[in-house]
Amino acid sequence: MTQRFRLPEGGLIDRAKPLGFRFDGTRYQGYAGDSLASALLANGVHLVGRSFKYHRPRGIFSAGAEEPNALVQLGAGARSDANMRATQVDLVDGLTAASQNCWPSLGFDLGAINNQLSRFLPAGFYYKTFMWPAALWMRYEWVIRHAAGMGKVPDARDPDHYDKTYAHCDVLVAGAGPAGLAAALAASETGARVILAEQDGELGGALLGLDETIDGAPARDWVAAARAELEARESVTILTRTTVYGYFDHNFLGLLERVTDHLAEKPARLPRHRLWKLRAKQVVLATGAIERPLVFSDNDRPGIMLAGACQAYVNRYAVKPGSKAVVFTNNDGAYGAALDLAAAGIEIAAIVDLRPDPEGPATERAEAAGLPVLAGHAIIGTRGDQRVDQVRIARISADGASIVGGAGEGAAQTIDCDLVAVSGGWSPTVHLFSQSRGKIRFDAELGCFLPGDAAQATHLAGACNGAFGLASCLQTGFEAGAQAAKAAGLKPGKRRRKIQKAPEASDDGFLPARWTWLVPSDRPLGQGGKHFVDLQNDVTAADLKLALREGYRSVEHVKRYTTTGMGTDQGKTGNVNAIAIIAETQGRPIPEVGVTTFRPPYTAVTFGAFAGRDIEDLLDATRRTPIHAWHQRNGAVFEDVGQWKRPWYYPKASESMHDAVNREVKAVRSSLGVVDATTLGKIDIQGKDAAEFLNRMYTNAWSKLEVGKCRYGLMLGEDGMVMDDGVTARLGEHHYLMTTTTGNAAPVFGHLEEFLQTEWPELEVRLTSVTEQFATVSLAGPNARRLLAELTQDIELSANALPHMGLARGRVAGIPARVFRVSFTGEMSFEINVRASYGLALWQAVMTAGEKYDITPYGTEAMHVLRAEKGFIIVGQETDGSVTPLDLGMDWILSKNKDFIGKRSLTRPDMLKPDRKQLVGLLTEDPAEVLPEGAQLVETVLAKPPMVMVGHVSSSYHSPNLERSFALAMIKGGRGKMGQRVFAPLQGGKTLACTITGPVFLDPEGERLRG
Amino acid sequence: MMARYSIFSLARNALSYHQDWPAAWRDPAPKPSYQVVIIGGGGHGLATAYYLAKEHGITDVAVIERGWLGGGNTGRNTTVVRSNYLWDESAALYDFALKIWEGLSQELNFNVMFSQRGVVNLAHNQHDLRELSRRINANRLNGVDSEFLTPAEIKRMIPIIDVRAGGRYPVLGASLQRRGGTARHDALAWGYARAADARGVDIIQECPVEGFRIENGRVLGVETAKGFIGAAKVAIAVAGHSSVMATLAGFRMPVTSVPLQALVSEPVKPALDTVVMSNAIHAYISQSDKGEFVIGAGADKYVGYGQRGSLPVTEETLAAVCELFPSLRRMRMMRQWGGIVDTCPDASPILGKTPIDGLYINCGWGTGGFKSTPGAGWVYAYTIAKDEPHELNAPFSLDRFRTGYLVDEHGAAAVAH
Ligand SMILES: Cc1cc2nc3c(=O)[nH]c(=O)nc-3n(C[C@H](O)[C@H](O)[C@H](O)COP(=O)(O)OP(=O)(O)OC[C@H]3O[C@@H](n4cnc5c(N)ncnc54)[C@H](O)[C@@H]3O)c2cc1C
Repeated sequence: MTQRFRLPEGGLIDRAKPLGFRFDGTRYQGYAGDSLASALLANGVHLVGRSFKYHRPRGIFSAGAEEPNALVQLGAGARSDANMRATQVDLVDGLTAASQNCWPSLGFDLGAINNQLSRFLPAGFYYKTFMWPAALWMRYEWVIRHAAGMGKVPDARDPDHYDKTYAHCDVLVAGAGPAGLAAALAASETGARVILAEQDGELGGALLGLDETIDGAPARDWVAAARAELEARESVTILTRTTVYGYFDHNFLGLLERVTDHLAEKPARLPRHRLWKLRAKQVVLATGAIERPLVFSDNDRPGIMLAGACQAYVNRYAVKPGSKAVVFTNNDGAYGAALDLAAAGIEIAAIVDLRPDPEGPATERAEAAGLPVLAGHAIIGTRGDQRVDQVRIARISADGASIVGGAGEGAAQTIDCDLVAVSGGWSPTVHLFSQSRGKIRFDAELGCFLPGDAAQATHLAGACNGAFGLASCLQTGFEAGAQAAKAAGLKPGKRRRKIQKAPEASDDGFLPARWTWLVPSDRPLGQGGKHFVDLQNDVTAADLKLALREGYRSVEHVKRYTTTGMGTDQGKTGNVNAIAIIAETQGRPIPEVGVTTFRPPYTAVTFGAFAGRDIEDLLDATRRTPIHAWHQRNGAVFEDVGQWKRPWYYPKASESMHDAVNREVKAVRSSLGVVDATTLGKIDIQGKDAAEFLNRMYTNAWSKLEVGKCRYGLMLGEDGMVMDDGVTARLGEHHYLMTTTTGNAAPVFGHLEEFLQTEWPELEVRLTSVTEQFATVSLAGPNARRLLAELTQDIELSANALPHMGLARGRVAGIPARVFRVSFTGEMSFEINVRASYGLALWQAVMTAGEKYDITPYGTEAMHVLRAEKGFIIVGQETDGSVTPLDLGMDWILSKNKDFIGKRSLTRPDMLKPDRKQLVGLLTEDPAEVLPEGAQLVETVLAKPPMVMVGHVSSSYHSPNLERSFALAMIKGGRGKMGQRVFAPLQGGKTLACTITGPVFLDPEGERLRG
Repeated sequence: MMARYSIFSLARNALSYHQDWPAAWRDPAPKPSYQVVIIGGGGHGLATAYYLAKEHGITDVAVIERGWLGGGNTGRNTTVVRSNYLWDESAALYDFALKIWEGLSQELNFNVMFSQRGVVNLAHNQHDLRELSRRINANRLNGVDSEFLTPAEIKRMIPIIDVRAGGRYPVLGASLQRRGGTARHDALAWGYARAADARGVDIIQECPVEGFRIENGRVLGVETAKGFIGAAKVAIAVAGHSSVMATLAGFRMPVTSVPLQALVSEPVKPALDTVVMSNAIHAYISQSDKGEFVIGAGADKYVGYGQRGSLPVTEETLAAVCELFPSLRRMRMMRQWGGIVDTCPDASPILGKTPIDGLYINCGWGTGGFKSTPGAGWVYAYTIAKDEPHELNAPFSLDRFRTGYLVDEHGAAAVAH
């Protein structure tokens, strides 16, 4: 029979549901309701891992979220999880787990050599060595890196999915122990919308591990009744396996719900984890407290556990964590644990109590039960290789700083045992309170940090606020819940229910206690025997003292130098001890030392949950035009432009990109091309001050633009740099339609709104983004007008009626349309805007009617070639945030008669310097060579860098019209260097010689687009 | 005299159970006055003090720190060190810093763990590729190492990356600076503090500067929580609080302070050897020697001094990380924090004189000033000692916002870590 350490009865496990699992390859059995840790203990497995630095054998230390030691790799393959706390893993049938950070095996780990060498590896040793020879650091580091780390990254894409949800509530109660349950009951009594979140799978918190009574009945009955009551209330949502991990501003909280981890069969429709983004009117923190270990010599062996955890294993899981226990305590509370262990049949070899005169309610009961107590004594050392087998005990001095009888084995007695249950008092779980920016204060009597003034709408209940007794938990819970509901604006409940006032229970707590932060030994600290403060990171009290000696005085320095509190447990059990030892060493009061900042998350949160469904195609919106399907059918290769998918080119059968682009370019210049220009940003601008607004935003003047006409505009940032360009049409007296570049649509909209809302709220102007409302089909080429004429009856297309930069309304192919005669290619060109839903129909009509002109759809690449032949810039390609209109030779577009954004900046001395980079054309001396875009240009080529650069290539193509390559470039003082040679030294060693020319390569007079 | 650190001193001290290590730096009370007072005990302030002493023989120096040294952005950053900046002025300054990094552990006798594991910048579209190529070429011709990687080469170098990136942001190429990498941030502050202290610099912690004494346009000293401290020269190096300092001194700065956040995963065995950055999807990642994935996120979109950073930014960043590294989706965030970064309109620093005689400023490093610490400290010390900028920092004057001589690093690297 397995489960040798399972008690014959009791516990919250389901003995009818045995579950099989494997740890490090060995098969074991547990029961439904077990955690992995309790199931391991039921089978007598204590050694579960190796520590981070010294690879010391480590066992299960706690029964909850604070676990520093029992970290395992769960599962295998793509679904493998590193560093899972065995204490929080629900046992499921078929679970597999493996120990971490050991090789070749957990029992025999070569890394344990570090333990032998530990004398040479004090805190921060790596800052002092590995410096010579310098070249070897990367090798040293390789070894360090491979020795560090804990678990392993899964080896493939995570097949699970994650989700997120938003929620609002009147009252969030964090934690469902007695205080949280009471708070939820009291708050929901008023009808408040309450969310009760509990990290455990069960409600009850500390009550699950205790053998307490409420109103004279077992506390579990009360928990069950409270749960039933809450479930019956419609306004209450109970979330189990849900950790409130973060408390942000304005009562905004992050919760992680583990939806399927505990299920053997995981329904595919359910996400693995769900991230809750919760806005709560009021928050009740009932997050309980975490037991603190004592810092004594060799306090880390497997079998040394927190007393409360031992109690939880016995009471909740019906597991005996050992056969013969020594209880080591500084407070009354651990006597309760001793009694429970004894009741479970574990021999209590001794209760070693640091207090010279132990007293307290639990102490009295234990004494009455005849448990052996060694008052004023301490454990000064332990033995046992992979499990503790003996402790050494000595009487300690009145000041607690040394042992009586001094050094040497003589003073000590030894006791054999296989379990040491330790209690050093309790630390309230103030993490969330501190994250909310509430102040933390130290309470000397309770020996712990407590919440002080709250910074948000926060209420506190139970042990997290220092109310340790059960009666106080219930009482403060009811009060906090009622207060929170009231503060959320709800009236006190009218209904009189069974559970509505604090029931009767004991209020023992754990006082009195004696605060001996560093338990003395018979050897000087750090000289044989290790007093661990942070079990996971192997930080000892000697390390802390070394850091202080070396001048690392601030608690933050000590933390960083020693790494205390920086493990996956984030110092939940170790931090307060560390702070107290620092204070004692420095001779300062604890509050003066202060705490290190509590950062989110409370416990680690899966990356996937933050991503939720925003992965793969949903990582970012993919925007497709209404004509997309046609492009796809016709073989377009797409390019990402911002969020948009744009046809890049349309290769036919076996065409290369080069051939396809050449064909498309030639078609536009010789007959007719069509491009899907839907992606350009479109902003509808209305209001009586619209013209004035445009005057301020654009560099050129807008007041005189007639209705029915278009104008090209250039927009600058406040720094005078080109920000965007595009054509804006005047549709009516107070109505304009602005187009922006595809990538800049949103930033430009934001820019306009910012000025309207913050600088000129007096302007009467309304902006509406209409990018997606219209589809734009743009015809370009000598046959553009001929084709359009065939498709419209009611639009007059003559040069007089619809000149370049004109605008007309009517029907095209029977579809209501706006036709803009604007051109980005230098050809006669008509942009037809129709409602988006007609886009595809229009495109198809154009394609059919255009067949006789051999109409050619062209992509962005051909468009870029066409515009570059004309010397037209692309914002973001010729410009990069450092280019002014003057640099582009666009002085003509800067109005002298009005102010505009960026104007003042343009007058700064540097803007007028002759050696600024200016837009020019560039021709390679070998017409077949196409310069790579991004090539840098020099006037003098040197054998090797550095070389003085004078500019760079911004656009570069082969032009079938010019029958050669050509480029646009930004060159220092370029306009004054026409005809000069520059060189492009390329990656790979080749250098291309080129000549500087003007930026317009074709039709400089613009005759083609007029006509 | 500084007690030297080495494997031998470590062994020697092991014999005495490490009881005899001296303090890395003293904890002096402030003197009534100093030749130079540096405000801000971050990496920049401490490095400046060190180089004042070392290069210019000016040892009558105090570094005055509000809290604990290295507790500002120096102790909060993601430690990416590189010099592959686009503009000549930036590349010169950052590469000067990188060269100092390469021998810094030895120079300071403190292992700052500068590890040149390479920095990879990904390109996800044609526009990115064009910009990448421009920067690689500029770097090369400036003598800064930089090379192009194809997707296949990227995959070989970083096996856990998905170059398809879930299909939404496929990786089309990358630049690689092999000399770039990461370092240990605390060690940088501590190493400079120890070396500066050894040369006589007073480091005064827990001493906020609350005002300036200025007469006839000349600074005379600073008012602090520990009283007035006189100084012939005062140098500001307070990062996120620069505009606060400037206001106290009576001038204005074109600096905005916003929270920038970072986070780490739980530690795991080595899976990522290089630094990987993607500006397009706002994420960058490396793995620390301890095994944590160190992930840099974007800045909050509003001005603030709360050192935390908002949840939506965490979400966006981790979504991007999950796409690029699909096997990391099950990793868990262990700690998240923020720092206040001081950014200039052109995303370049300000390093030089102020309108007040004897008062100098070093700020505006924004999201990327850790890497520059040694170089910036060096030129800042020069500027203070000579009362004029070195040629490396001359372009980064406060005056450039008046003249328009901006060094705009936004264009090529919107997120400049
Ligand atoms: C999340 C994050 C990630 C980053 N990642 C990188 C990166 O990967 N690579 C990179 O190169 N850079 C990075 N940076 C930027 C980098 O951290 C900073 O640019 C750099 O550390 C600034 O150093 P500093 O010494 O100027 O400032 P800080 O280290 O902030 O030091 C300024 C000091 O001034 C003190 N101070 C302020 N006010 C006063 C006062 N009134 N009196 C006295 N003292 C005062 C502060 O307490 C602080 O210690 C990042 C920053 C953040 C926040």
